[in-house]
Amino acid sequence: MQRIGVFVCHCGTNIAATVDVRAVAEALQHEPGVVISTEYQYMCSEAGQNLIKDAIRDHALTGIVICSCSPRMHEATFRKTAAAAGLNPYMVEIANIREQVSWIHKDIPAATEKAIVLGRAAIAKVHLNAPLKAGESPVVKRALVIGGGIAGIQTALDIADAGFEVDIVEKEPTIGGKMTQLDKTFPTLDCAACILTPKMVDCAQHEKINIYSYSEVSEVKGFVGNFRVTIKKKARYVDELKCTGCGLCTEKCPQKKVPNAFNLGLDNRRAVYIPFAQAVPKVATIDADYCTMLKTGKCGVCAKVCTAGAIDYQQKDTFVEREYGAIVVATGFNPIKLDAYEEYAYSQSKDVITSLELERLMNAAGPNGGTLLRPSDKTHPHTIVFVQCVGSRCDDSKGKSYCSKICCMYTAKHAMLIREKYPDTEVYVFYIDVRTPGKNFDEFYRRAVEEYGVHYIKGMVGKVLPEPDGTLTVRASDLLSNEQLRIKADLVVLAAAIEPDKSARPLATMLTASMDTNDFFTEAHPKLRPVESPTAGIFLSGACQGPKDIPETVSQAGAAAAKVIGLLAKDKLTCNPCVAKSDELLCNGCSSCEKVCPYGAITYVDKEFRGPNRTTLLRRVASVNEAVCQGCGACTVACPSGAMDLKGFTNSQIMAEVDAICK
Amino acid sequence: MKYSYYPGCTLKNKAKALDRYARLSAEALGITLEEIAEWQCCGGAYTAAGDEIATKLPSVRALKAAEAEGQDLVTLCSACHNVIKRVRNDLMTNEEFAAKVNRYMADEAPFAGQTKVVHFLELLRDTVGFDTLKARVVHPYTGKKIAAYYGCLLLRPGKVLAMDDPENPKIMEDFIRAIGGEPVIYPYRNECCGAYITLEDKASALQKSAEIMASASGFGADYVITACPLCLYNLNAASCESAGVLYFTELLAKALGVDEKGEE
Amino acid sequence: MDARKEEILRRSGVNVRKCMKCGKCSGTCPAYDEMEYHPHEFVAMVEKGEIDALMQSPSLFKCLSCMACIERCPRDVAPGKLVEAIRLEVIRQQGMNHLKADAIPALLDDDLPQQALMTAFRKYSK
Repeated sequence: MQRIGVFVCHCGTNIAATVDVRAVAEALQHEPGVVISTEYQYMCSEAGQNLIKDAIRDHALTGIVICSCSPRMHEATFRKTAAAAGLNPYMVEIANIREQVSWIHKDIPAATEKAIVLGRAAIAKVHLNAPLKAGESPVVKRALVIGGGIAGIQTALDIADAGFEVDIVEKEPTIGGKMTQLDKTFPTLDCAACILTPKMVDCAQHEKINIYSYSEVSEVKGFVGNFRVTIKKKARYVDELKCTGCGLCTEKCPQKKVPNAFNLGLDNRRAVYIPFAQAVPKVATIDADYCTMLKTGKCGVCAKVCTAGAIDYQQKDTFVEREYGAIVVATGFNPIKLDAYEEYAYSQSKDVITSLELERLMNAAGPNGGTLLRPSDKTHPHTIVFVQCVGSRCDDSKGKSYCSKICCMYTAKHAMLIREKYPDTEVYVFYIDVRTPGKNFDEFYRRAVEEYGVHYIKGMVGKVLPEPDGTLTVRASDLLSNEQLRIKADLVVLAAAIEPDKSARPLATMLTASMDTNDFFTEAHPKLRPVESPTAGIFLSGACQGPKDIPETVSQAGAAAAKVIGLLAKDKLTCNPCVAKSDELLCNGCSSCEKVCPYGAITYVDKEFRGPNRTTLLRRVASVNEAVCQGCGACTVACPSGAMDLKGFTNSQIMAEVDAICK
Repeated sequence: MKYSYYPGCTLKNKAKALDRYARLSAEALGITLEEIAEWQCCGGAYTAAGDEIATKLPSVRALKAAEAEGQDLVTLCSACHNVIKRVRNDLMTNEEFAAKVNRYMADEAPFAGQTKVVHFLELLRDTVGFDTLKARVVHPYTGKKIAAYYGCLLLRPGKVLAMDDPENPKIMEDFIRAIGGEPVIYPYRNECCGAYITLEDKASALQKSAEIMASASGFGADYVITACPLCLYNLNAASCESAGVLYFTELLAKALGVDEKGEE
Repeated sequence: MDARKEEILRRSGVNVRKCMKCGKCSGTCPAYDEMEYHPHEFVAMVEKGEIDALMQSPSLFKCLSCMACIERCPRDVAPGKLVEAIRLEVIRQQGMNHLKADAIPALLDDDLPQQALMTAFRKYSK
């Protein structure tokens, strides 16, 4: 028989205002095995913990029940308390009488009764608890960062600066991500390239950083501290080690009609290309979809002009396998496609563009050398209309339900830059709300209005009508003056919603990391663990977790790096001992558990068993890798023979709790 | 191929041309249109209100008549098409509505959902195929710039009508290409012509139709084509010398060289 | 909730609380200039329960039922359905037909399609 102590917490008035804590302590005093039952104002305080420690020693307790808040909050605290008093930490059970009782009930007698019942269930469970010992696993001291945009770059630099090796896997030929396409950055209007390219160079030159560009993660195995990742290096048909980045091939390639993805198709590039002058690595890549040589076997101009002999038409995709202790996801975002919003005539007029396209049109390295010209006729636009929230804040049937967060600020930036450079251009911004929380953000937007005379109009554009004379009639609401406006514009800029990169979903599956319905990665806790995935060893950096601007992305990237450094600094990790365990004598080898295990922790082995009359039987039985098992319990439910059990949450323990509740 | 056919009131009266050219063309393309017996007027307008039953019964009857023949139901007039397709959608998606309708018509078998509502344009696109149509054209509209006018009823609500992208449709443009013409893309092709407001407020309807016609002719249209008699009426009132307003079936029949047959 | 507002919401199937007050409906309405209350105001006024004012407004008969506001609303609110539900509330009353049979002959001309009359009757009369 266990010797059990019961400790009922008031949590100030959080519990005590709705639950008669003294009555709970008195009622539980009479449960079998209970040798002491008491209550205290704050059980988690130092005084409260000392009360528990003293009781463990004075009464030689073998198990304790804390009636308090959710185990998510303080289970770890009380386990430490028990361990400090010499009690195995897994002999502690929590009855959640706050979230499950006091916070959701009003009636004191009913709440008190429920608290007693939950306490009784916890006592019934403790009777069946057994001391558990956590195992340990080693940590590979190298991190993988997936995605080489500003988020991935910052995370990698911070981890590397702490002395750990980092690999960056980037699917494009260069690192840098979306920020390389931006012109200026809010709220200080620094040139994006001026602040980003030095960081890209730092990555390339850092002795602890290794960049896999034009590469993708194709398989992930293992678990926190011991991931084994297969990286696919896509064939770029150029030997990275030989290419000097001289760019001669990109000038001589006869295939000139390839839409330039870096400029969002606003101009053309060659089939062999370096995305932009500051690319890292500065290595050419052949676009297999357009290369005449690769498609027909006839051409070979780039190979002829390359003095380094770097062109290799025979190159194939290659795979490398590397081990990592931690993985950071930094897969970023893209603007949505605008097919569903054709009332804005995006596909019907060249002069209806997205904000990212405007960045390229205004960029000195863009298709017009930084002079803002209309795509249709290369003339200077005199009236420009910005449309906010295109595809953001929509009903689920119409678009993204969330606010894309960055549009209000970049639109204020665009409007201001245009008015600064072209004072003869009238700029209208149609907004639903102007959302500018952030340091110096609202001041920035106000400057656009007050100093630069940008016309902010509260209302939405209903339709954009391309006219025969080449202008665009913008039909819109002005809600504050209760008018329907028709503005004759030369250029319309759509603030398209942003969404996670399409590579995120398959990656999440590989990592068993959870996502929300919008395909943003979910964090372990939205407030207290914002840069960690619920899956141990997976960390989140940048817009893959939710829309965010550059300042916020860089902050989060640093935070993710700090978490990774904290993990890699350890030599060994303590495992969760509450893992699955199979009773091999009951296991019938059906594989049900293996199929439902989301972590790949269960394998089947052929094992010898002693049969009757000194015979030996070979049977196929489940085997759990305790380092990989996360203790979710799916296998215990799936197992038809009752062989699978979860330590700390055994079937008999759960049934004892149910019995206690139903008594 | 045999289809049940719902012409509607206007096609028996002021819009006989829309109907006649469609029948001639269908015959030439190997499609038999069987006018359903004793059809009733669709009402001209679908009422979205959830408590409207009686106004939708003629559409239900038309659907059931086609279903009894085991055929899909072809419509031509935009208004009839809009009403009957949306009533079908109500029957399929709104159990309460379907139950009420069935109680109303207790002596008849309920609509099982086998019959689909197909606009004549959809028939040309999905059954005949625009490529096949193109091959059958004998008098192509080569060099003619033709503006499709969709109006509201062919396209909206987009999720129910599901004929095309309601903001950037192409079915009529593809039809125009098939008969050898050059489609004119102009932004007013899915803006309202003023519709029934013309009864009360001619000036208001004229203003809306005039914008449409000005845009179409501004982009160089020689003709504006439509599938809706009321649109044709409104646009005609605003038509200028440069662009005439015609039913799309008239162009179809002329392109196929069958327009002279069956002249009354 | 006031019974009339409840009836309008039920009949139209519109959830006015979904509106984020962006004004896109009124930005796209072809009858905007003829209307006293505009599509976004129908949504706001129904939400506030101001049904009487809407019932007395000539706006009810200016709406073209073109469904542009319904198609383009980013929140799937469908202001046009509210206009229709309130118009029905008016014309279903005894003697409140907006279009009376006696008035018809004067409105006809040689080309006017039957469809126009039918539609107008649906929209204006019971």
